Amino acid sequence: MKSHTWLKPAIFILVLLGVWQLVVFLHPQQLLPGPWKTALGIVDLFPRGLIVKYIVASVFRVTWGFSLAVLVAVPLGLVVGWYRRAEMALNPILQILRPISPLAWIPIAILWFGVGDLAAIFLIFVGCFLPMLLTVINAVQSVPAVYINAGRNFGLGPVPLMRKILFPAIIPRLMTGLRITLGIAWLVVVAAEMIAVNSGLGFLIVDARNAGNRYDLVVAGMVIIGVVGLLLDNWVRSLERSHALCWGFEEKQ
Amino acid sequence: MSDFSGAQETERWLWPLFATALFLLFWRYAVIWTGTRVFPSPFEVRLGLAQLVEGGVLWRDIVDSIRRVAIGYFAAVGFGIPLGLLLGWYPSLNQIVNPVVQILRPISPIAWIPVAIILFGVGDHAAVFLVFLGAFFPIVVTCVDSVSNVPLIYRRAGSNFGLTGPQLLARVVFPAALPQILVGLRIALGIGWLVVVAGEMIAVDSGLGFLIIDSRNSGKRYDLVVGAMLLIGVIGLILDVLFRRLETIKRIRWGFRNEP
Amino acid sequence: MSSSASARAVTAAEPPMPGLPIKLRTENVGMAFLRDDKTLPVLENINLEVGNGEFVCLLGPSGCGKSTLLSAMAGFLRPTSGAILIDGEIVRGADPRRIFVFQERGVFPWLTVEGNIGFGLRKLPAKERAERVGHYIQMVGLEGFEKSYPHELSGGMKQRVEVARALAVNPDVMFLDEPFGALDSITRMVMRIELLRIWQAERKTILFVTHDIDEAVQLADRVVVMSARPGRIQQIVSIDIPHPRDISSPRYLELRDGILSQIGLAHRL
Repeated sequence: MKSHTWLKPAIFILVLLGVWQLVVFLHPQQLLPGPWKTALGIVDLFPRGLIVKYIVASVFRVTWGFSLAVLVAVPLGLVVGWYRRAEMALNPILQILRPISPLAWIPIAILWFGVGDLAAIFLIFVGCFLPMLLTVINAVQSVPAVYINAGRNFGLGPVPLMRKILFPAIIPRLMTGLRITLGIAWLVVVAAEMIAVNSGLGFLIVDARNAGNRYDLVVAGMVIIGVVGLLLDNWVRSLERSHALCWGFEEKQ
Repeated sequence: MSDFSGAQETERWLWPLFATALFLLFWRYAVIWTGTRVFPSPFEVRLGLAQLVEGGVLWRDIVDSIRRVAIGYFAAVGFGIPLGLLLGWYPSLNQIVNPVVQILRPISPIAWIPVAIILFGVGDHAAVFLVFLGAFFPIVVTCVDSVSNVPLIYRRAGSNFGLTGPQLLARVVFPAALPQILVGLRIALGIGWLVVVAGEMIAVDSGLGFLIIDSRNSGKRYDLVVGAMLLIGVIGLILDVLFRRLETIKRIRWGFRNEP
Repeated sequence: MSSSASARAVTAAEPPMPGLPIKLRTENVGMAFLRDDKTLPVLENINLEVGNGEFVCLLGPSGCGKSTLLSAMAGFLRPTSGAILIDGEIVRGADPRRIFVFQERGVFPWLTVEGNIGFGLRKLPAKERAERVGHYIQMVGLEGFEKSYPHELSGGMKQRVEVARALAVNPDVMFLDEPFGALDSITRMVMRIELLRIWQAERKTILFVTHDIDEAVQLADRVVVMSARPGRIQQIVSIDIPHPRDISSPRYLELRDGILSQIGLAHRL
């Protein structure tokens, strides 16, 4: 019974790989590699230790950029969401900054931090901060008034109210927001590494292409990016399911 | 809410104006205090933008960016919604396809640039392809989710009145899922706008993204960099606001009320 | 004291009101759900016969499987054992000839009142459809709200929309699953009166699930009292009071108290 659930998806993936191989086989002059050459490319990356080095470099930047963004955005979001005047005041600026691609900050990042880790971390911070802040503000504003009134009823002042009522009340939405934001961080780091630094999975792609058209390594890099991103996503999902946090997720049977 | 309900109308304007003015002032004095020669003050940004408008280049860049987003986005909608509805409608099919979607989704559209360039060459098609990729997966995933979230009660009511298969999908499941799908479409449009700017920084030689990278590379014109960024923000905001208008249509509005 | 005797306790499937042909019959129906690799029996040994045009209430505490039984009768669920027959045919799925009325949550929020009531009439020509819709809008008293959307209506009005939507396709059987449960007590009384009026005019077979003893005794020809875990038919009580019923008459109180003590409650607080 258990094997049954992954058997069909596995067959589907195999079929897709087969089609991919066939298409490449029918166009021999094509630069793009087939799945076989891609697999060889991944194997190629192992002995030189590059693969581990690059994954660690990317994850390192994501960890810093993401954590900083969360640490700043959550308290700020609690305050801004709670005081409606603050929300009104900041809203236009936030709404204009939000649609700006984090990559558009690259010139500024390089100007302020030079080419290197700091620039990449800054870009991830920029990419994560606004979505996270908006999620928290939104979540705070949709906390049912009953909870807040109950808290006031027990005589809580603004700060304890935020710590003891607002924060726990928004945790379910916060977790969803964290997962989505981590996904964004992973998208941004790859893009940032293609321009602003010289290590990491994004750099692997650009470098493999520029230095000798190693398209097998380009596609190998993409596959690794997909797999690591999926693992990160699953990891946060398992946090969402952990018992202390999951009261909001129980309604769905 | 009641504590300032009387003054609300004026405060709605006053506070944002105040905050924005404060922000611009801070920006200006930060530039002065740090003594930077490179980073522009708000005033210089305004001059730079005016210069671009006079030159007539700006308009072309804006149109190029919007055109790429429009084509890529509508292609993503055209393929993504039918696929998403299909997968949401047949959960067993979704189980098979879902792992592939989940692996492809975390790959930054930007990482596809080398592939896009091989397939389409440097130019419009490559950028459009990137927008398509960026918008396609969120649309599919939202459609699957919103179809499977349609309350059982609606499906039962529909089948009770003799609807089956495609009819049930078209007359009950799709309208019931529509509000949630619309939210997904709006988010996907936002992503399309993020991606086109990034794509233009690498894969083409026009558009607002190109304007940014070009202004930096040819002569460190940071006034134009910041000006282009602000424009990108404003246009993205306008797209978002226009899309939100759809959500007030009566047939759909029920899905956007706060109460259960 | 005299309650159990006067309520004419009946054990097995008591035949429906004399003179009515059988419309619906359940034969040894049992239902079980799988939960955490364990089978959980929900219904056991349900034998029931319902006459054509009869109004039958299924009454029981929450969790006694009465809604499950109703869903199975409507064809949304398959019984694990036994069979449900309507007009002598085994029920194999949902059918427009027998309409299920949910609590007002079943109204489609994306359609107007007109659109909802005309939902099952899509095969009719437009003119006829408009006439039918108009007729039932009038019957449930929603004139003037034809173009309104459900979120603009009160709970009672939404419930009327659902009843009208069901009536509009002229079904033989209507299944009502605690239809008035979410309404305030005054609206609930009004809706009961209207339902009886409509039932007397149209003579549908009605199966009505409720946990409200008064509601059951006020409405039904027969009340099927169910016990919980697993759901069984405990007793079937015939309500032999003609409509309109005087809810302070001795006979009414006698029948109600009989059911109360059957469920194991004293009729005094």
